[in-house]
Amino acid sequence: MNKRMKKIVNTFGVPRLIIMGYLLVLLIAMPFMGLQMEMLYTQAFGRIGMYGVLVLAMLPAIESGIKMNMALPLGVLCGLFGGAMSLEAGLDGWGGFAGAIAISIPIAVVVGILYGIILNKIKGSEMMIATYSGYTAVAVMCIVWMALPVRNAEIRWPQGNGVRSIVTLTGKYEKILDHFLEISITDELIFPTGLFLFFGGACLLVWLFMRSRTGILMKTAGSNPVLAEATGISVNKMRILGMTISTVLGAVGIIVYAQSYGFFQYYMAPLNMAFIAVAAILIGGATVGKATIFNVVLGTILYQSIMTFTLPIANVIMPEGNLSEIVRIIIQNGIILYALTKAGEHR
Amino acid sequence: MKEYGKKILRENVVTIVFAVLCVLGFIASGQTFSYVLSEVASRLFRNFGLVFSLVIPVIAGIGLNFGIVLGAMAAQAALIFVTHWRIQGIMALIIAAAICTPLAILFGFLLGKLFNKTKGQEMITGMIAGYFANGLYQMFFLVLIGTLIPLTDERIMIYTGVGIKDTLKLEDSVINALDNIWKVRLDILSRPLFEAAAVILILLAAGTIRKKAPGWKEKLAAYGVYGAGLAAAVLLCIFNPSVSFAMKFTTVPMVPMILMILIGLLVNSILRTKLGQDFRAIGSNMKVAASAGINVDKTRITAIILSTILAAWGQIIFLQNIGNFTTYSSHEKVGLFAVAAILVGGASTKKATIRQGVIGIILFHTLFVIAPLAGKALLNDAAYGEYFREAISYGVITLSLVLHISSRVRKKVRK
Repeated sequence: MNKRMKKIVNTFGVPRLIIMGYLLVLLIAMPFMGLQMEMLYTQAFGRIGMYGVLVLAMLPAIESGIKMNMALPLGVLCGLFGGAMSLEAGLDGWGGFAGAIAISIPIAVVVGILYGIILNKIKGSEMMIATYSGYTAVAVMCIVWMALPVRNAEIRWPQGNGVRSIVTLTGKYEKILDHFLEISITDELIFPTGLFLFFGGACLLVWLFMRSRTGILMKTAGSNPVLAEATGISVNKMRILGMTISTVLGAVGIIVYAQSYGFFQYYMAPLNMAFIAVAAILIGGATVGKATIFNVVLGTILYQSIMTFTLPIANVIMPEGNLSEIVRIIIQNGIILYALTKAGEHR
Repeated sequence: MKEYGKKILRENVVTIVFAVLCVLGFIASGQTFSYVLSEVASRLFRNFGLVFSLVIPVIAGIGLNFGIVLGAMAAQAALIFVTHWRIQGIMALIIAAAICTPLAILFGFLLGKLFNKTKGQEMITGMIAGYFANGLYQMFFLVLIGTLIPLTDERIMIYTGVGIKDTLKLEDSVINALDNIWKVRLDILSRPLFEAAAVILILLAAGTIRKKAPGWKEKLAAYGVYGAGLAAAVLLCIFNPSVSFAMKFTTVPMVPMILMILIGLLVNSILRTKLGQDFRAIGSNMKVAASAGINVDKTRITAIILSTILAAWGQIIFLQNIGNFTTYSSHEKVGLFAVAAILVGGASTKKATIRQGVIGIILFHTLFVIAPLAGKALLNDAAYGEYFREAISYGVITLSLVLHISSRVRKKVRK
């Protein structure tokens, strides 16, 4: 009995069990606290779909051996740039959404390849350098956003030049995925079918890719670089490939996020985007060196459910403070720390 | 000789680029030298503790300790309490230092334990540990104080009676308590300083000539360069009106300056003890050190504890100069700015000295002072400079990490 318990604890990991227990307590406690459950579920659905692709972006990076892609802001910035350009061109509706993606993908490919080349020179310290590369890119892009000679009044600062810090998508492509084939179970409980179809489709594509010849080669290069090199796989190329796919998914992910959220956020907003995605995939059971689609889906559901359900409860307990934000900081960084200690044990 | 020059150039590329940027930025900003000098001087005398705290972990092979944020938190916790108790003047700072030291030891111990579990990934671990600790810190001071921990104090608490205010102002008599003890104008101070520097240089040079240890010629050449620099500085001070005016304009807080020298000497003398040798041994090769009988894990924890204590003291010195702090975010960027500064000074993840720390603070903060001004003068918008500052701090860390680590990886491959 004791052994079996230990095995369960080991496979799930202590923090994951704590998080699941916490979620369970939340779910049980909420009805008793007189909270409007249906609306919360709707919010949770929305958030899961909103963040899903960003979390998925971690998978190719982890599997190709460059560990958690802390440089996710690079992809996010490409997506934001695509978004700005789609609005500048006056696109709206599906054309706007598709346009934003179409503009950002080639840029993301170039950025991913260039950054992948850098990563190959600093093997072993990817996560640290990725974090700071992401930060640097965000800060440099702040200058670019300010200097960008956009003409469209909807994205330009009311006075002067440059992109606004928050650009609304109302009347453009706000919630275009959320509302696609949307199912209203009750007035308050709404299932955003389109959003989940998109997330599911992206997962399916990545799943198929990981099972393709190239995908398997990439996985081998990631899990056992020495063996891969010996069998003639170019480990460096595979790492660049993983980084590129991750960056592209980051770009697409932020556009999906923005259409659901209703805004593009520029300047310092993307700074800590990576940590949210990293924490989610780790909660889903991924490690620094191994991840599956299941980890992505489970992690997004768990993490975003907790974030959704903590907020109202925290507001009941402490109306004026930001307890839910504090809980988010602790959970998010706690799980990353835990994963880092586990990664150290294998050596 | 050409090879030697190339080597120096390669190893100090970040420092040289930064020095050039500083000069260009200064010209572009159109500011007077006196303004820049007095600003940089005050920044040097408030940032040194945080920057010096990074040296020991680098020597011990742990890399740049982003976990000094925890030391800063310990200091802020102590300052919150001494403010609550309304302790006045210099006493407040002494008691704050006394309170934060055991806290820093505890945090350093925990951080060291964590680093021992994440060998090879200490820098990212330290960063995330800082974020994580920030969550706990907020939990303590924003939620638990006033609820589970009874405390009432209108001046420092939110009006609801729960949590410490967003910005905390130190007691008036505590603000600048260290700085105000003894201040000397730089033009008066500079004479004994220059004389002392000249005497030390001559003594060092004489010692090198007498010993003729390997590489003594290079050493002597370096002293020659320093001497020339010193002479140039003296001449500038005497004959250049804007420099001599700047010297009169700048005052030096003597106590922080003396503390800076003492802490610098303390770190250097720790590195000369048996413990310091152990740091170097585990820094150069953990396995060899372990087989030589050094308790690697314990030594690493000691290094982190020392670093955290110095960071905590450093943050107290920093905050008494500023006078107030944003309770929940002023520690966040402590690690970023300190690390960026020492890297600008020429340090790497494997090598760091007090001297690099001092040079780094001067260069980094010169750019910090003039970047917004240069941005305003060049592009007519101060906000450019703000973002430029951020970009520079992050960019410096990224660039130097990429340079140092890629050259190390290359060397490893060649072997």
